[in-house]
Amino acid sequence: MSFPLLTATAALPAIGAIATAAVPAAKRTAAKWLALLFSLATLVLAIVVLVRFDPDGDRYQLTESHAWIADFGVRYELGVDGIAVALIALTALLIPFIVLAGWHDADPLETGSRRWRPTQGFFALILAVEAMVILSFEATDVFLFYIFFEAMLIPMYFLIGGFGDRAHEHGEQAAATQRSYAAVKFLLYNLAGGLIMLAAVIGLYVVAGNFSLTEIAEARANGSLDMATSTERWLFLGFFFAFAVKAPLWPLHTWLPNAMQESTAPVAVLITAVVDKVGTFAMLRFCLQLFPEASKWATPVILVLALISIIYGALLAVGQRDIKRLIAYASISHFGFIIMGIFAMTSQGQSGATLYMVNHGISTAALMLVAGFLISRRGSRLIADYGGVQKVAPVLAGTFLIGGLATLSLPGLAPFVSEFLVLVGTFTRYPVIGIIATFGIVLAALYTLVLYQRTMTGPVKPEVAEMPDLRVREIAVVAPLVVLLIFLGVYPKPVTDVVNPAVEQTMSDVQKKDPQPEVEAAK
Amino acid sequence: MSATAAVHSLWTTAATAADPISKIDAPKIEYGQLAPTLIVVGAAVLGVLVEAFVPRRTRYYAQMFVAVVALAAAFAAVVALAADGYGTTKAGIAAMGAIAVDGPALFLQGTILLTALVGLFTFAERRLDPEAHGNRVDSFAAQAASVPGSDSEKKAVKAGFTTTEVFPLLLFAVAGMLIFPAANDLLTLFVALEVFSLPLYLLCALARRKRLMSQEAAVKYFLLGAFASAFTLFGIALLYGYSGSMSYATIAQVVDGTVPDVTPALADTMGNDALLLVGAALLVMGLLFKVGAVPFHMWTPDVYQGAPTPVTGFMAAATKVAAFGALLRVLYVVLPGLRWDWRPVMWAVAIVTMLAGAVVAITQTDIKRLLAYSSIAHAGFILAGVIAATPSGVSSVLFYLAAYSFVTIGAFAVVTLVRDAGGEATHLSKWAGLGRRSPLVAAVFAVFLLAFAGIPLTSGFAGKFAVFKAAAEGGAAPLVVVGVVSSAIAAFFYIRVIVLMFFSEPRPEGPTVAVPSPLTMTAIGVGVAVTVVLGVAPQYFLQLAGDAGVFVR
Repeated sequence: MSFPLLTATAALPAIGAIATAAVPAAKRTAAKWLALLFSLATLVLAIVVLVRFDPDGDRYQLTESHAWIADFGVRYELGVDGIAVALIALTALLIPFIVLAGWHDADPLETGSRRWRPTQGFFALILAVEAMVILSFEATDVFLFYIFFEAMLIPMYFLIGGFGDRAHEHGEQAAATQRSYAAVKFLLYNLAGGLIMLAAVIGLYVVAGNFSLTEIAEARANGSLDMATSTERWLFLGFFFAFAVKAPLWPLHTWLPNAMQESTAPVAVLITAVVDKVGTFAMLRFCLQLFPEASKWATPVILVLALISIIYGALLAVGQRDIKRLIAYASISHFGFIIMGIFAMTSQGQSGATLYMVNHGISTAALMLVAGFLISRRGSRLIADYGGVQKVAPVLAGTFLIGGLATLSLPGLAPFVSEFLVLVGTFTRYPVIGIIATFGIVLAALYTLVLYQRTMTGPVKPEVAEMPDLRVREIAVVAPLVVLLIFLGVYPKPVTDVVNPAVEQTMSDVQKKDPQPEVEAAK
Repeated sequence: MSATAAVHSLWTTAATAADPISKIDAPKIEYGQLAPTLIVVGAAVLGVLVEAFVPRRTRYYAQMFVAVVALAAAFAAVVALAADGYGTTKAGIAAMGAIAVDGPALFLQGTILLTALVGLFTFAERRLDPEAHGNRVDSFAAQAASVPGSDSEKKAVKAGFTTTEVFPLLLFAVAGMLIFPAANDLLTLFVALEVFSLPLYLLCALARRKRLMSQEAAVKYFLLGAFASAFTLFGIALLYGYSGSMSYATIAQVVDGTVPDVTPALADTMGNDALLLVGAALLVMGLLFKVGAVPFHMWTPDVYQGAPTPVTGFMAAATKVAAFGALLRVLYVVLPGLRWDWRPVMWAVAIVTMLAGAVVAITQTDIKRLLAYSSIAHAGFILAGVIAATPSGVSSVLFYLAAYSFVTIGAFAVVTLVRDAGGEATHLSKWAGLGRRSPLVAAVFAVFLLAFAGIPLTSGFAGKFAVFKAAAEGGAAPLVVVGVVSSAIAAFFYIRVIVLMFFSEPRPEGPTVAVPSPLTMTAIGVGVAVTVVLGVAPQYFLQLAGDAGVFVR
């Protein structure tokens, strides 16, 4: 038996979580280093996965399969395709930066405050989330995926509710109340989505008799497993609902601004750049593969919802007073693009969407983490409290600008490539939707540049006059992300090479019974 | 069968028989197969004798010893019977047709015995309250007969009296519960029902603190329970009128129309469907009362709140196991031919139970009442598995009961730890910030709450998945949808408690967490271990429940 590489990639952060949690309370610095060490080791394993993965090989590689719960027809089945490999790499890449950026986020507060912040817990929870996210990218058993899809809510919930932002305009007590509100909202939305999905998962078992993605997809493809049209649609809706909550898609998005606003910047990055990707990833892997016909049936509605997400998210981002909330709405707009790319049902659209997931992860991480550094210096999240920062902290302002420009998809930075692909992919089949979506980019320019202008340019506000520039640790967080943004903007081939074959295959799943999509679309 | 035939021949042939006594055969009792129950009953009787003859000073230890040995021995007997194949190939009817020894019976008996053993540890806990007059005290009244607040009560406390009668009472209740799901004729069912109910009524009244509330709970439980017993008995009478027999198998044959010989004296009424429907409805109603299904749930919150918490935990876990076992047997063995009649009714009951339990729980402010409503919602989930009417329905219910009972006992054991000057601090507001003061206790309780909520990797999820899967396979897909919706509602109040414990500011005058003796620690530890093991690696136990899923007839 070969070395279980995929299990190891997920097990390593899990072990790290336990080890970090077990560090005695007094040695919090040791816990931080331990967490960083484990996240870096996971990154190494993820790179090994990336290297061992052969884009032109089998669809699912590095597979593992063990009996688990025979009575439920559940097996412990792992396997990665190009899309999963790219997202695992993204996850493993971002976690060390999240750990490093959150280095002081869980330090005990000044004496006199009764707030309770177990440092070890913070880092252990981050690693626990990482383990579960990686497992959900790897699982090729629907039930196994579901378990981690749901279970990751719990550590996430404690991260949001337990370690909020230090900055709050209405003081400690109000912060605690809003934080727990945000955490509960996050959990209830996602739990409700997950439970609806549970009904669909059970339904799938009743119809198919097992949970193996490969077996069911194959049986669907060769016609040995026939689903009634209405059954397929109901099951699709059950799955899609959960993923749309997670992604999040308008109108199920309202938990995201609260959660991102109230959590610390690294946790906000964890939510939007890592955890939410499971939702869009799962649409590609499960919705399209298991229910191709229903996916096509639902496409028009989903595209319209995605379009609303794009425009609505961007419009609301323009109107925000709170920096983190603004980034949250920008993310909703971007998730609209991703979902639009997936359901445009063209290969450009889908590879663009996958690339978008990776790029959005990196660009949001860069923007949000710098924003977090900014906020921790001034103690306020309000845009109006800043001004002229570029004069006192030029490096901070510069990286903030690059993050912002990446968010508005400036050519030359990574997100441009993916956004362009998504728009081209959509336009070839749904020109009207493609054109309207383009306005999202215009709005993105508006909210990003206005944000930069108001906070960084203009006269230096007295409160920010003493603001220190980025420290070494902070530069170590941001610099690699900026480099990656530029690199992937100029040369996206390494990612597209990994992703494209997987996208082709997903496309062929969906298109199998629909050889002339243009004709159908024109109807 | 032969027993009932013998009874009938007593009076139908009495006129001609010269010597009726000679017609009565000595009953043939399979002592080996009945060993689990006999051991527990014997130990209970022994406990009464201990109460009478052993000096007060050593009574507690003697009672503990008797009870632990009896429960462990009975469990060993169950395991031995199961290993011997009595759960599968050798399953049969024992004690002249009165008791079934088969897979479900042995599985449920094993579950009840383990639950009782863990529950016993919480009964025996004596370190939570500060010592009164130099004597360690447990959760039970010093002297049940003394009026609350009276001088005699004070004297009893001062003298260091303890109600060690709780141990034999527990054993009697367990004995009844062991027979209840194994009963194979209606009279045995009724006797078992009374045998386990009466000790529970008493135990409910024995709280050391808040005695009036405890006594009120006991009276409510007793009155409503007596009412439900009357319904059951009336149903049994009508079913006897319908079929001319108390035996499960014979009634089932009459329902199916395959009965070999019609009792002449009952030829007029036998097969009267009105009797069957009304009788079955009344019988099932009595069982649903014990299960705590809506609309027969009214007693649950009051009794759960008022009873001493160890009793609540034991009652919530074990009663549910026994009552669902009996309900399964009645529906699957006696009334399978009536499936098309009872399924719609049970559908309605399950839907209302799930939704009402989850919705009403949201407004609760007392942790014990909250857990009571949660237990109602869980009864609804289990009913979804019962409705499946398939072998996988049976095994899913068995698994769910095993998973649920340990979570319940563990959760109530944690409740006993959180105390203030007035005893247990059950009001939710007092739990605020518990996670800051006692992270471990709060984390353990959070695990139980997540299991109740059915979060993956806990036993609650595995159980919920099993029953919903069975329900969906049995054609009850809408029930599954209602189930997940009410799970989502229920998640809200479990989460609320977690928020309260971890994210709220602790109150300055908040409760303290008592450091328990190893007894309660064992109970909680077993609860956590079972919760995690059944969540992560449930296959062995699902297999066990699957093998045990066939009723003998």
